[in-house]
Amino acid sequence: MEEGSIRMAQHQVRYLQDGGLPVALTTVDKLVQWGRSNSLWPLTYGLACCAIEMMATGASRYDFDRFGTIFRASPRQADVMVVAGTLTKKHAQFLKRLYDQMTEPKWVISMGSCANTGGMFNTYATVQGVDRIIPVDIYLPGCAPRPETLQYALMMLQKKIRRESAFQKLKPKRLV
Amino acid sequence: MRAYSNKKNAQAKPYFTDRFYTVPQIPKEDVSSDEIFAADLELLSSKFEISDSFIQRGQLVMIIKPSDIVAFMKVLKDELEYTFLSEMSASDFLEKDGEFEIFYQMLSLKKRKRLRVKYRITQGDAVDTITDVFKSADWAEREMYDMFGIVANNHPYMKRLIMPDDWSGHPLLKSYPLIGDEAGQWYEIDTIFGKEYREVVGPEIRDTKRVDPKDTKNFARVGHEVGYGEKPSNKPTDFGEFQEEGGVPLITRFTKDNQKTLSRRK
Repeated sequence: MEEGSIRMAQHQVRYLQDGGLPVALTTVDKLVQWGRSNSLWPLTYGLACCAIEMMATGASRYDFDRFGTIFRASPRQADVMVVAGTLTKKHAQFLKRLYDQMTEPKWVISMGSCANTGGMFNTYATVQGVDRIIPVDIYLPGCAPRPETLQYALMMLQKKIRRESAFQKLKPKRLV
Repeated sequence: MRAYSNKKNAQAKPYFTDRFYTVPQIPKEDVSSDEIFAADLELLSSKFEISDSFIQRGQLVMIIKPSDIVAFMKVLKDELEYTFLSEMSASDFLEKDGEFEIFYQMLSLKKRKRLRVKYRITQGDAVDTITDVFKSADWAEREMYDMFGIVANNHPYMKRLIMPDDWSGHPLLKSYPLIGDEAGQWYEIDTIFGKEYREVVGPEIRDTKRVDPKDTKNFARVGHEVGYGEKPSNKPTDFGEFQEEGGVPLITRFTKDNQKTLSRRK
């Protein structure tokens, strides 16, 4: 450039870096699953002492709301069922009914030893694992699991949901 | 044919037996050692046949005839001020004596005394309900029916209290296995899905020590978890970060490096 000529501002737009393009490129899959994973609404449903930890997780100290997770009092508005506690054989049919009333897509977190395997209740009155009744996505060990553990389970579930395809044909679940 | 095994006392399996062990007995005192109880017993024995009476741990125990129970309770309540039926149920002595022992635990708030009325019936016999005298016996007798199968005559609503209505068997009998009989073990499958689903779901895994490291469908080796049905591996599991590599739009990225450990509770 010659001496004395006007210097123009050197300006370069790197469209594909620096967030330069005012358009976000994504797939519908990612968008839908991003939305789903960040608005997981669990059912207000506690069976035993694990439900106390679940309530603590929902309360202000651990704060489920920042994950977009808000407890819903109706199975028709819920996406996630957290089976928090001992499932007795008398109650098993009600768990199944609530699960059936939830709309697809739906996920299940089995929270605590009792829900996973029957736990210490190796008796005639306890269901030996909720996966005998409904399909389970996340098994959460502990007796009872601390709120951090439930948060971690929720984050793992979010990760799992984001990995799935939004429009996959619903797989026939084993018992449904 | 399957080999026969005696299941009459399935729950009574001691882990070890001590040759010199004797079952501890609560010492029995004479009723005359307590003035209030002695007066009560005098009145009661003038009206009813009391086959045995003694004091254990400061409580009067009386053994009566099964047919006397309703009249006996009326006298206890109306004349002797035992106005509180705190507990009643049965004990299973079927294997030992072929009998049930029914007990009624009474409390007098005025006298500050507790006493116990007992009698024995053989299996299959019914007892007379005392719900006309004590309302609290309603649920207690239903529970007794639920747990032992002892029916109370003239009860207003003789129905199971704790177990489901379509349950079979009476769980507190000593002959009832702790993990349930066959109908009990399959109860939730039979009621929800139907008997044909027993094969699909499979039997309950009752052995708490069961470890099958090759089975990755029902069991995960802690620290070496693999996917459902994948081959087991000896490599420690790496769950990676909380979020995916590229992050999630609009969501704050939270990695293991930027996590914070508090030195004390806030």
